[in-house]
Amino acid sequence: MIGNKLTLVDTDLCVGCQCCMFACARRFGDAGLGRSAVRIRSAGGMERGFVVIACRACTDPPCMKVCPTRALSLRTGGGVILEQAKCIGCRSCVDACTIAAVFWDESTNKPIICVHCGYCTGFCHYGVIKLGPSEVWERDR
Amino acid sequence: MIDKDPLTRVLFVDLSSRRFWIEERQELFETYLGGTGVAIQLLKEKCAKGTYPYGPGNPIVFSVGPLNGVFPIASKTVAMFKSPLTGNLGESHAGGRSAVSIRMAGYGAIVIEGSSDMPVYLAIEGDRVNFRDASVLWGMGNSYSVGRVIREREPGAGVRTIMRIGRAGERLIPYASVITETYRHFGRLGLGAVFGSKKLKALLVSGKRMIRVQDPRSYRQVYNEIFTALTTSPLMKKYHELGTPMNVSPLNELGALPTRNLKQASFEGAESISGESFAENHLGRRVACAHCPVSCIHLGALREEYEVEPYFYKTKMISYDYELIYSLGSMLGMSSPTDLLRLVEETEIHGLDAISTGVALAWATEAQARKIISEEETMGLHLKWGDSASYIKAIRFIVNRSNEFYRALGDGVESTSRRYGGSEFALDFGGNEMPGYHTGPAALLGYTTGARHSHLDSAGYSIDQKSLSKKDQPTPEGVATLLIEEESWRQILSSLVVCFFARGIYTPETVIKALSVMGWDLTEKDLNRIGLEILKAKYEFKLREGYDPREIRIPRRILETPTPLGNVSEEYLRQGVRAYIDQLDISNETFETRIKAIAAR
Repeated sequence: MIGNKLTLVDTDLCVGCQCCMFACARRFGDAGLGRSAVRIRSAGGMERGFVVIACRACTDPPCMKVCPTRALSLRTGGGVILEQAKCIGCRSCVDACTIAAVFWDESTNKPIICVHCGYCTGFCHYGVIKLGPSEVWERDR
Repeated sequence: MIDKDPLTRVLFVDLSSRRFWIEERQELFETYLGGTGVAIQLLKEKCAKGTYPYGPGNPIVFSVGPLNGVFPIASKTVAMFKSPLTGNLGESHAGGRSAVSIRMAGYGAIVIEGSSDMPVYLAIEGDRVNFRDASVLWGMGNSYSVGRVIREREPGAGVRTIMRIGRAGERLIPYASVITETYRHFGRLGLGAVFGSKKLKALLVSGKRMIRVQDPRSYRQVYNEIFTALTTSPLMKKYHELGTPMNVSPLNELGALPTRNLKQASFEGAESISGESFAENHLGRRVACAHCPVSCIHLGALREEYEVEPYFYKTKMISYDYELIYSLGSMLGMSSPTDLLRLVEETEIHGLDAISTGVALAWATEAQARKIISEEETMGLHLKWGDSASYIKAIRFIVNRSNEFYRALGDGVESTSRRYGGSEFALDFGGNEMPGYHTGPAALLGYTTGARHSHLDSAGYSIDQKSLSKKDQPTPEGVATLLIEEESWRQILSSLVVCFFARGIYTPETVIKALSVMGWDLTEKDLNRIGLEILKAKYEFKLREGYDPREIRIPRRILETPTPLGNVSEEYLRQGVRAYIDQLDISNETFETRIKAIAAR
């Protein structure tokens, strides 16, 4: 499958600055965190480092499979695309994601889905996350 | 400012009646931006004259500003309260995730009033305030555990702050700190003890929301400019590489590193506790405050063997910074970096301000050597420079308030020396133990005059540095002018609230641009006026609470030990204080009344 996707390079590089979270929200032109599709949290206290929670661009996404209204469809390069009009806000996708990478937009009552645009990577000063062709990444693994 | 920016919302929590409510205070934020500017106004409103610092009438104000959650390195929260240590203005700043969390929860300020009859912690999730039973957490031996329990019990991982106190705060040590995100602190002036007096063990704030900006395109443009400046600046790179301990070696070489209770200003063991040495031998991880790409927080790994069993180890991560290396290191003649980390850990466990603790122990060591106090007072300890085991025991005695002497030492060096003598080497300014830059007259005058008696008020050391390179000693009046200028400008930064490390990037020009994104139309002149107004408001509070700058005790030791610019005279400092007060021109009634009262004596 061709297309770009977001990939984790090395979580131990992460300093927990959360600049990626703010970058993601800024795509819509606003500040804050309300619509961020990525989350950095400590791995049980900062002394243990950080967990980077971001969509892995699954080729057979669990979130898509459980959507009762087929609001989620397969994205080229992996992951899903959300069709807002079809979504009824049931949160099934949130529960289905094994790594908890489907976030919730309280203002619209709909999921926040990573579109793998890579805007966040431009603000990751430590190279924790990268954007690249999904094929290449798959082969690297 | 932008219409409906949640910044204008002030959350009030009354611990006595377990009620909370939100007030719209647009006028406050419109006029004073946020942070320090707003906090001092709320403090003046809520803290009546002569309030007992440990009484329910002493409010705790947390405040953030328009740039928090919007621009990078706007990562700080301002806390204000009446200080139990100095008896006047209590102001302390911290980063971690505190500022972003408060802003994302939808508040510009949180004011905690009253006091609880049982230990509680507060969990603020957006508009909901939960009062939680903290009986089990009260008295817990290690502050790390308190953090862990709350972390696992409450939701919001990644978008929350967890501020908590240790046993020092519970036991009302007036230099107890509030710890946030394990490694950052509202360290100075005793916020931890004010928490303790309210039976408030911890405060969790979480939230995530969007904040509207004036124009998304210019927002992204200004953001990118600041972000690029932050990530390409050589100074920021140094903060990342070595962190604040980068200053240990240069200050030592300069002869400005207070050593052994400032009997000297250089330390023969400085190299082993320098930023370079820690980075090479101990640095285990670097972490950042929320929304700051610099990542200056350095965690040292301390691997220790259990004595009872061979090959049984534990590895602790302990954050180290310049001020701690000064106060628990050179001030105590501590040249072993591992011993130093152990001492830092001990202050973290109990939630003590490391600067005050180190200065108090340094005073006690010298006092014992001079036989002002004996082993009877120290409960059998022979305090010796470099002896970390004794110091760790002494810290425990302080926190446990084990006898009359440790109760006094736990109240700070000023009150201890008043009781036992030795005030000539009790290193505090206005009751606040001194910071670690013995660079010259401007630094010393800054500690004397600064509203917080902190090196962060007006950065006198940077004025000294310039005098040193120009080989030109300015007059006290000239220094006072420069200090007021710097202290005023810093009121703006701490109202936004931007980390002072980025003051070279947040120039007036950049601040104006960033504020315009948030809907403020201000000029540099406006900013200077607002900054000065905020500084005056802080001073008015100090004076109202009985602080008299002209009666401030100047410890003889700071005059005796030469700075890189030579010895500083008391006359120079007194003249500087007078000039500072004159130039600040506080035409406030409280000051007039105070002057008359002094004149009438």
